[in-house]
Amino acid sequence: MKKIRVLIAKPGLDGHDRGAKVVAQALRAAGMEVIYTGLHQSVDQIAQTALQEDVDVVGVSIYSGAHLYFGEKLMAKLREEKLEDRLVIFGGNIPNRDILALKEFGVTEVFPTGAKFEDIAKYIEDNVKRGE
Amino acid sequence: MSDKPKSDKPAADVPPVVLESGIEVKPIYSYEDVKDIDLESELALPGKYPFTRGIHPLMYRKRPFTMRQYSGFGTAEETNERFKFLISQGQTGLNVAFDLPTQLGLDSDDPMAEGEIGRVGMAVDSLKDMERAFEGIPVDKIGTSLTINSVASVLIAMYAVVAEKQGVPLEEIRGTSQNDILKEYIGRGTWIFPVQPSIRLIADTMEFCANSMPKYYPVSVCGYHIRESGANPIQEIAYAYCIAKAYIDEVKARGVDVNAFVPQISFNFDIHGNFFEQIAKFRAARRLWAKIVKNDYGSTNPKAMMMKMIAGGGGGGLTIEQPENNIVRGAYYALISALSGTQTMALCSYDEAYTIPSKKAALISLRTMQILMEEMGLGDTVDPMAGSYYIEWLTNEMEARIVEQMKKVDSMGGIVKAVSEGTVQREVALQAYEVERKIQSGELPKVGVNKYRTEEEEAREIEFHEHDPKVAEAQIAALNKLRAERDNKAVEDALNVLKEKAATKENLMPYIMDAVRAYATVGEITKVFKDVFGEFEEPVKL
Repeated sequence: MKKIRVLIAKPGLDGHDRGAKVVAQALRAAGMEVIYTGLHQSVDQIAQTALQEDVDVVGVSIYSGAHLYFGEKLMAKLREEKLEDRLVIFGGNIPNRDILALKEFGVTEVFPTGAKFEDIAKYIEDNVKRGE
Repeated sequence: MSDKPKSDKPAADVPPVVLESGIEVKPIYSYEDVKDIDLESELALPGKYPFTRGIHPLMYRKRPFTMRQYSGFGTAEETNERFKFLISQGQTGLNVAFDLPTQLGLDSDDPMAEGEIGRVGMAVDSLKDMERAFEGIPVDKIGTSLTINSVASVLIAMYAVVAEKQGVPLEEIRGTSQNDILKEYIGRGTWIFPVQPSIRLIADTMEFCANSMPKYYPVSVCGYHIRESGANPIQEIAYAYCIAKAYIDEVKARGVDVNAFVPQISFNFDIHGNFFEQIAKFRAARRLWAKIVKNDYGSTNPKAMMMKMIAGGGGGGLTIEQPENNIVRGAYYALISALSGTQTMALCSYDEAYTIPSKKAALISLRTMQILMEEMGLGDTVDPMAGSYYIEWLTNEMEARIVEQMKKVDSMGGIVKAVSEGTVQREVALQAYEVERKIQSGELPKVGVNKYRTEEEEAREIEFHEHDPKVAEAQIAALNKLRAERDNKAVEDALNVLKEKAATKENLMPYIMDAVRAYATVGEITKVFKDVFGEFEEPVKL
């Protein structure tokens, strides 16, 4: 079976990458193929990488509080690149009240700080569309 | 330490305890564990080499630790207002937070800055913003810490020019800047330029301060963020010391006397995890730094051998779950810090696991420190932990292991190479994963997270620091006004000179100050550096 491909992305200027790297390791341990963008990525760069690497999942990690800003921009860009069938998951410091707003932008799921690895992995396995 | 031990063996079969540093802890310690310590060479009185017991003879009995909460957000005016509030409440030093665009050398009108202006700290585009932030705050009386790294040279230059305008001579300026780029590549991530030119800029500030700003601490080497990224307490100190040595080597190679500039280096360390392990860590770190500066660098100046630190609560120990528990954790971290002989304390506030501190949370942190000092007698006597069998044994153990860890870095080709290639980053990230895995499995107990959870807790909404989008509008409007009103020819000239000098080996500080005086922006100066130095390429291997 083809491995699930995941892009872990750090949009914008926030340099807190512990969460991104930890989740990347956890998803790799769960048998997925994980690519990490590194820091300081623009929304365009993330969409381009997602396209080139043909990932099934885009995981976005934000701790600065700018998740709504990036959520809206990134989803628009992914639609433009015809990647709207991919799972887009946000993680980091995200208050409950913003989860709905992120989902309205088209983000498929949100796993704020404290989420369990197994829940994230299970969500991906249950919901991923293989694009084939 | 003369009473005879009854037995060195555990009283009963008990499960083993291993600290994060890998040290196994016995159930009982006794005279046997410390009898080989040479009091003269290892545990001399406070204020005496190797300073295990503290860098001053009387420590807090003479002067309490500086209380310096991290603050600053939105505009310079708001930051100025918070500063004045904290000073009015008894805070004795300031610690400025800058927004991410400022930390990454982007002006507020840069497309990459959008969404982040004034969000996690104060937005600074030009000297104008710094003038407003420090209005009415005398920079020779209140020491201010600037939490800035890649563009620290620019912000130090601005701070110096603010002093000029306040009529304070350079030699009277008090304060610290973080200015530790090597740790930014490991954790925190506000790097811009490649490794070598970044170290050069730091060395420029160190050399400049050694010559012109003797009361200023241009570099605060941060084990803190390395630990926050996943390092254990041994690695925290070892990597920080390797980094500090890299800066010292650079400045020393320019012919500057170590006795002159090393005293201006300070450290920023983390507190979370095991109580005793942290205290021993600091005592060991102090002793080891003295030995390094004396033996490796041949320094004869005791001030250069004194490890001065800011040590407060580590955000990594706080939890988003049951956030009030963080008030209690913060109080223990403060106690550790006071028992460890810190010079400056800054606590992470209870809401800091998820936001920048509210006014109330920042005040609780300040009160925590004041209670220790003014109600509980933490300043009464110096190094009250000294002579404890366990603490002294653990201090020795930690020191030996930090030395080992530093040797490991040397065998990797040194810290500069390890950081450039991402080796250290990968190591701490893997450890962070292990820690998180153990928390999730329950192996590593975390109260309120994997134990003693409550239903209502999980449903509760947390309060966030509200970000006001108007801040961005106002900041950009002010920037446009500045660009229209300043002498743009003078700016251009200053930037051209800076560009020319950046390509040479000359110290850039005077030229940065000229550009700052002409109201060149942080973004414009950064652009000059990017043109000459290029940009860092992050090693992203997982």
